[in-house]
Amino acid sequence: MTRIWALLLGATAAMTFALVVLVAIPRVQLRTLEPDPQVPPYTATQLAGRRIYVSEGCVYCHSQQVRDPSFTYDTLRGWGRPSVPTDYSWDTPHLLGTMRTGPDLINVGSRLPDRSWHLLHLYQPRAVVPWSIMPAFPYLFEVKPAAADGDVVVVPPSPYALPGRVVVARPGALALVDYLLSLDRTKPPVATPAAGAAP
Amino acid sequence: MTAPAASTDVVTLRDLDEPGRVPALVAFVSAVAWLLVGSLLGLVASLKFNFPDWWTGWAPATFGRVRAAHLNAMIYGWASLAMLGISVWLVPRLVHAPLRWPRVATGGIVFWNGAILVGVLALLAGWTDGLEWLEFPRSVVDPMLIVAGGMVGVTLLGTVLGGRARHLYVSVWYVAAAFVWFPIIFVTGNLPVFRGVESAAVNWFYAHNALGFWLTAIGLGAVYYFIPKVLGRPIYSYQLSLLGFWTLAFFYALNGMHHLIGGPLPTWMITTSIVASVLMVIPVAAVAVNHHMSMVGRFASLRYSPTLRFVVLGAVAYTAVSLQGIFTAFREVNRITHFTHWTIAHSHVGVYAFVTFVMFGSVYYVIPRLVGRDWPDGRLIAWHFWLALGGIGAFVLALNLGGVLQGLALMDPQVPFQASVEAAAPWLAVRSLAGVVLTAAHLVFAWHLWKVLRRAPTVGPLPPWHDPRPVVVPPPGPWS
Repeated sequence: MTRIWALLLGATAAMTFALVVLVAIPRVQLRTLEPDPQVPPYTATQLAGRRIYVSEGCVYCHSQQVRDPSFTYDTLRGWGRPSVPTDYSWDTPHLLGTMRTGPDLINVGSRLPDRSWHLLHLYQPRAVVPWSIMPAFPYLFEVKPAAADGDVVVVPPSPYALPGRVVVARPGALALVDYLLSLDRTKPPVATPAAGAAP
Repeated sequence: MTAPAASTDVVTLRDLDEPGRVPALVAFVSAVAWLLVGSLLGLVASLKFNFPDWWTGWAPATFGRVRAAHLNAMIYGWASLAMLGISVWLVPRLVHAPLRWPRVATGGIVFWNGAILVGVLALLAGWTDGLEWLEFPRSVVDPMLIVAGGMVGVTLLGTVLGGRARHLYVSVWYVAAAFVWFPIIFVTGNLPVFRGVESAAVNWFYAHNALGFWLTAIGLGAVYYFIPKVLGRPIYSYQLSLLGFWTLAFFYALNGMHHLIGGPLPTWMITTSIVASVLMVIPVAAVAVNHHMSMVGRFASLRYSPTLRFVVLGAVAYTAVSLQGIFTAFREVNRITHFTHWTIAHSHVGVYAFVTFVMFGSVYYVIPRLVGRDWPDGRLIAWHFWLALGGIGAFVLALNLGGVLQGLALMDPQVPFQASVEAAAPWLAVRSLAGVVLTAAHLVFAWHLWKVLRRAPTVGPLPPWHDPRPVVVPPPGPWS
């Protein structure tokens, strides 16, 4: 090639074509999607918890999507029904994930609805799941001599118990658990006009 | 000696290299610094899988933050800076014109370093946009990267437009196009208007194209330069170069959704990406045949030229990673390998065995020409090469195998989830060992670079390239 402008224009054209196909057309198609009323917007606390989920990089080990049973056995693991676009109407950034070092979490709030389980699991995963390789998050908790009024206390079992001291959840841990408990996309979705449709 | 005709000039390679000397040096040296930082971050992240209770008390050291910092330090720190370095050095040679506005280029490279520093610290502090490959905060770091990259891009495109070569060599296509492609995808990926599944689509549109239109583009540009340059023979086929370039441009850009196979996106998007992924066999085969045929009969040269050794292995890895990517895009394979460490292995074949190896080869070729003296110790190059090759080989084998075992366990609903964790565990330990070896390779490399920078100018006979022959350049081309 000798013409730099032909090169640059051709290169731009190739990328523009892909932008139209994979960004612009989906935007038009998905715009018609109404949020599912069964998936309400996150509360302020849930959003604060979601921000911690994002900042601590939970997405690098946990997906939030259940794939179709015609494709894999995700549903047979009890992770819920196949996910649809309206399950994510309020999600920014998206947290679909690309890795399952740990289990899928899109329905963790339905599968594990116990707040104290989650708090203990965040403080020390191996206290409840011995084979877990999830990092412990002790910095989301505070260890002090005695609990004050309104403190949410976590009671780690042996060998993680701290005699003479109490483990108290910081606001971040409480918000994160609030967010995890909100993850429940188990109800059948209300009509999703665009999902899977041809353009 | 007769004076050259009015319409031609005689320049030496040194005239062409000299203005780009400072920006290229700054880029290469800072790239290697980020390589060390990224290696340590990667090693810490890997060890966290083996010892989940190690160093948990300090938030910046938690796995999720360190992993993001590792990826961004490597992609935008090491690889991108090395690529900026090779670009400002290569383009002037290929268009027969010295680098335009070299101070702007240097400024851009320094500013780019500042952006990476702010970005990596932000990620460790928990400040992230939360999108893979786009973690850097879009309110601060991404605009800095756009300005910094723009400063380098302007000098490069200015150099190409003012170039005097009648013909644009294939490396220039890739490098010049990369500086058009990258801003388009980077701005699109960072637009704050997407949510839900659209955000996922744009995320993987960007992340896949960052590999294809930034790392691969400049990586292939360097391969296309160094194989013929070191061997002293032309590239095998101009037509194959053309075919490879344009099919890459049109097919690669549509690949991104294969990261979301089975996900909640409109099915046609994923199918489009699978089809485009399979079509990638055309550019990959074109480039592979072209590089291989240029090498045929000269493989013995690999023993004598470190540059060739790294670059040719990188080119082989490009073919391998592309074929692996096509294979992984098939639904039957993807249902097993998706969500497993297979993907991590795959990305490291691309970013390390291909791009990083090509950049190592480039640095070995360019640095002596920038500082005017040769690498002091061939044994250190050999150590670097074999540690890097052994490390990445063990890394990729372990994670491919561990990923498949993990995926097979995940595919069997009768087997508890625990089995997938335990299936991968020993291979994650091997990965950490491989990470130690790779870090050692990088320390050797950095030490050698330090030695060549600090060393006094060579005494005695100068290397043959020290006295380059003049180049007769034609009058300005039709576009300038």
